[in-house]
Amino acid sequence: MLFGLGVVAFVFKRHIITIFMSIELMLNAVNLAFVAFARARGALDGLVFVFFVIVVAAAESAVGLAIVIMLAQNRQSMNVERENLLKL
Amino acid sequence: MIAILLFMVCAALTVAGAVTLIWAKEPIHSALALVLVMVTLAVLYLLLGAPFIAAVQIIVYAGAIMVLFVFVIMLLNAGVEERTNFSKLAIPGVVLAFVLLLEIAHWMFHSAIGRALANGANAPTTEASTYDLSEMLFRQYLFPFEATSILILIAVLGAWVLARREP
Repeated sequence: MLFGLGVVAFVFKRHIITIFMSIELMLNAVNLAFVAFARARGALDGLVFVFFVIVVAAAESAVGLAIVIMLAQNRQSMNVERENLLKL
Repeated sequence: MIAILLFMVCAALTVAGAVTLIWAKEPIHSALALVLVMVTLAVLYLLLGAPFIAAVQIIVYAGAIMVLFVFVIMLLNAGVEERTNFSKLAIPGVVLAFVLLLEIAHWMFHSAIGRALANGANAPTTEASTYDLSEMLFRQYLFPFEATSILILIAVLGAWVLARREP
């Protein structure tokens, strides 16, 4: 459910920061599934993987927001429709 | 009994926060909705017997990552989002998300493990202790743990290189 909402947000939102937030939302949905299955199966491995997912999400958001700052300083816009430098 | 009530309230709040994240026009409202989602998810982790993960969720997500988001929103003076025509990926994306939802629901109600999961039949009642978790983290998963530290270092350096002004 949460992952689906994240996908919907990722597809519909045009603001680049909100798109980052929806990525975090999807990661959180996966984390919740990991914890639930770790609980159901009585294994701790899922919790360790949640830990790793959180660490990777922290790194990803740091780099991603740095890229957002770069883009905003260079292009004066935060609408992904206008970021068309890479388009053919 | 009170745990079930708490679960219901927190699950509803999580979904409501996610919907608010999508509907809000201003990025700062979306960020605050995401904070709500993080905190209620931490409560859900507590209910699922994972107190360490709940603490990490609060500290790293609601603390560090959301502060980073709000800081960037304030720094860039992000205004109201303009609604333009959405991307061409939207239609198949929504269809695929809906199919995934249906599939999970079907699996939940019709497979053996799904039913066991839904009924909580053989779920252990004890909490996953931080001692056991760290034991596993530093023995079985020691190499991935060290690899993530290198990853964090690279991410910090990359963010610094990207965000500094050009000399």
